[in-house]
Amino acid sequence: MTGPNRVRFYQTGTFTVGNRLLDVSVGSVQSDAERNNSLNSGHRACQGCGEALGARYALDAAMRAVDGRLVVANATGCLEVFSTPYPESSWRVAWLHSLFANAASVATGMAAAMKVKGRRDVRVIAQGGDGGTVDIGFACLSGMFERNDDVLYICYDNEAYMNTGVQRSSATPAAARTATTPAAGDQPGNVFGQGKSVPLIAMAHGIPYVGTASVADLRDLEYKVGRAMAIRGARYLHVHVPCPLGWGCPTGDTIKVARLAAESGLFPIFEAEAGEVTGRRLIRRPVRAEEYLKTQTRFAHLFNPKRDEARLALIQRIADRNIERFGLVEQEAVA
Amino acid sequence: MLKQCEGSVAIAESVALCRPEVICAYPITPQTHIVEGLGLLVKSGKLKSCEYINVESEFAAMSVAIGASACGARAYTATASQGILYMAEAIYNASGLGLPIVMTVGNRSIGAPINIWNDHTDSMALRDAGWIQLYAESNQEAVDLHIQAFRLGEALSLPVMVCVDGFILTHAYERVDVPSQEQVDAYLPRFEPRQVVDPDEPVTIGAMVGPEAFMEVRYLAHARQMQALELIPELAAEFRGAFGRDSGGLLHTYRSEDAETIVVALGSVNGTIKDVVDEMRAEGVKIGSVAICSFRPFPSAALAGALGHAARVVVVEKSLSVGIGGNVSHNLKMALAGRATRVHAVIAGLGGRAITMASLKKVFRRAIEDRLEAVSFLDLNMEVVNRQLERERLERRPGPAAEAILRDLAGAGVGVGAGANGKGGAR
Ligand SMILES: Cc1ncc(C[n+]2csc(CCOP(=O)(O)OP(=O)(O)O)c2C)c(N)n1
Ligand code: SF4
Ligand SMILES: [Mg+2]
Repeated sequence: MTGPNRVRFYQTGTFTVGNRLLDVSVGSVQSDAERNNSLNSGHRACQGCGEALGARYALDAAMRAVDGRLVVANATGCLEVFSTPYPESSWRVAWLHSLFANAASVATGMAAAMKVKGRRDVRVIAQGGDGGTVDIGFACLSGMFERNDDVLYICYDNEAYMNTGVQRSSATPAAARTATTPAAGDQPGNVFGQGKSVPLIAMAHGIPYVGTASVADLRDLEYKVGRAMAIRGARYLHVHVPCPLGWGCPTGDTIKVARLAAESGLFPIFEAEAGEVTGRRLIRRPVRAEEYLKTQTRFAHLFNPKRDEARLALIQRIADRNIERFGLVEQEAVA
Repeated sequence: MLKQCEGSVAIAESVALCRPEVICAYPITPQTHIVEGLGLLVKSGKLKSCEYINVESEFAAMSVAIGASACGARAYTATASQGILYMAEAIYNASGLGLPIVMTVGNRSIGAPINIWNDHTDSMALRDAGWIQLYAESNQEAVDLHIQAFRLGEALSLPVMVCVDGFILTHAYERVDVPSQEQVDAYLPRFEPRQVVDPDEPVTIGAMVGPEAFMEVRYLAHARQMQALELIPELAAEFRGAFGRDSGGLLHTYRSEDAETIVVALGSVNGTIKDVVDEMRAEGVKIGSVAICSFRPFPSAALAGALGHAARVVVVEKSLSVGIGGNVSHNLKMALAGRATRVHAVIAGLGGRAITMASLKKVFRRAIEDRLEAVSFLDLNMEVVNRQLERERLERRPGPAAEAILRDLAGAGVGVGAGANGKGGAR
């Protein structure tokens, strides 16, 4: 891990550290009374919505990093719908929603306009859900990456099409029940062996910066947004954001569930520059994948009416492979 | 400056004179030479302060233009055919957001069967998308319409399509008067957007709108197009004053004042129609023509005025509204509602089929003799169609229709299709 996590603070029973112990320059943006409140209160996200939380932290961090000189293109999806039922808006940033698939391209146009007008101080963020990013918006995203347009794209990955009622996307994990991968038949839930890693695909474009983050570690998310905004060119941040409604977990457990995803290795947290991994968030207390799966009813069929040992083992293998591939567990912890 | 050049090159120069700030380029025949021309102008430094972006699709082209325009930049793109359909969703979005993007459409048919030649199926498919649609009759008018389009679109905060017949205009070498930068600068002021995405005045644009306000927002687009009905002739008149020639406006009339039969059409085919009118006038026939330049907004009142005295109107249409007939004639009937004028739709030139003077003359004669159907198809080979229908009646799986028709034509010694060179046969 690079950045602020290089110094570890342990407090009894938690991995967090009070902001008051930190120098203000490295204190969290959210702890700052002067923060922007980019996604203000009053929006209509469900209780415990990881996406709302992630977007709020990410945009506030970006606003701080660029001194408020920010414009945002938003894809259609929960984030857009819950934040802007006309004539109300929760956005305290200059914000444009065009379509589901085109946020990356709209952002390219915004960046081009700012450049041609000599307003290089104004920076551009595009954001959307996993569906709007890894599926329908994929061509626009790849085009924006390939041209190295000066845009940070943030994907809030809640692993399905939530706004339309929890349908499978190519970010939906194996075995997960969605409305289009029902827990029925002899292979209930989402198919194994499908899907893709868009962070790795983003890296293959050779863009200056790629990061994954999670609402499990909001300081890390803030740090990565800040890091991304310090760089010019195409940048990508893929943020894991539990959706209590779609995943079937208690609304108070969003952070806990996200943390289990990271600590099991199922959601690897790392960053890469120019196509090379430069940092990873180490797993401090490794947990079995099933500890994570058990927290959500979308995986209930793996445990009820009886344990599906074969498929639990397959999922554990996915987690192990991530841990190995990204070096998520320190050698001494493994030993 | 007078010059002899390809239509696309003239259009590129005209667009460049309008000082676009963001140009999105994605190739499709017959639009390619326009974006290539602009690319050269930007790369060579002749067109300054302009971002030229090679995008990965037409959907992205329009989306980039949306982002740029929403940030206050003058944005331009060009497309045709499959490309306009590929960007269809973003086309509606641009007009819904009220972004004055200008787009050239090098009119071309839409597949299947894939075909690169000219007709108006592409722009007609997007006629209800909320864009102003102007159709150029000549390359000179294409050059001039682009200059007027930026002025018009930005005045009303609406996007404008300038429709230019593929190949017939885009690839034709004609004498064109390309205006000077000073002339264009004097006619076209700087773009002052109605709304901008700007950190200095942060606003939310593109919010979700429910039934309580959606009708009103949609109606606004209609209201703006009704304003365009006033503004388009004004801008054309001002253009005449500044540039010394007639271009644009809602429509052009030709020998129609005393005509009993009036032919109506969009785009370059009006040149051929005027020649036929001249020939028939010489024979003593009271015939004239009207070229519709602004198809959206549809100039209903102006058309009623120009056509109301005629006994019959023959609409030569380069698109087919499958299952009903003509698009333009359909609109025209609304404009002539309550009048005795008969309206005939003649579907012609689909997929680039030549519209000849001889065929037009024949069809106009039929109309004058009151023998022309409400909807007819110019130079349609009904025998070939009937043979295919017969094959389909006899056989559950006669194979792909287009290939069968090409084979049929080759067998009859008419065409050189896939069947003739042995590549196209499914069976
Ligand atoms: C072209 C198009 N197809 C489908 C839709 C319907 N749609 C709107 S939001 C959405 C789901 C969004 O999913 P995701 O991007 O993952 O965001 P989430 O709602 O999960 O945050 C879908 C399918 C649409 N608006 N546009
Ligand atoms: S459905 Fe999920 S992503 Fe959408 S608002 Fe609710 S919790 Fe958030
Ligand atoms: Mg989603």
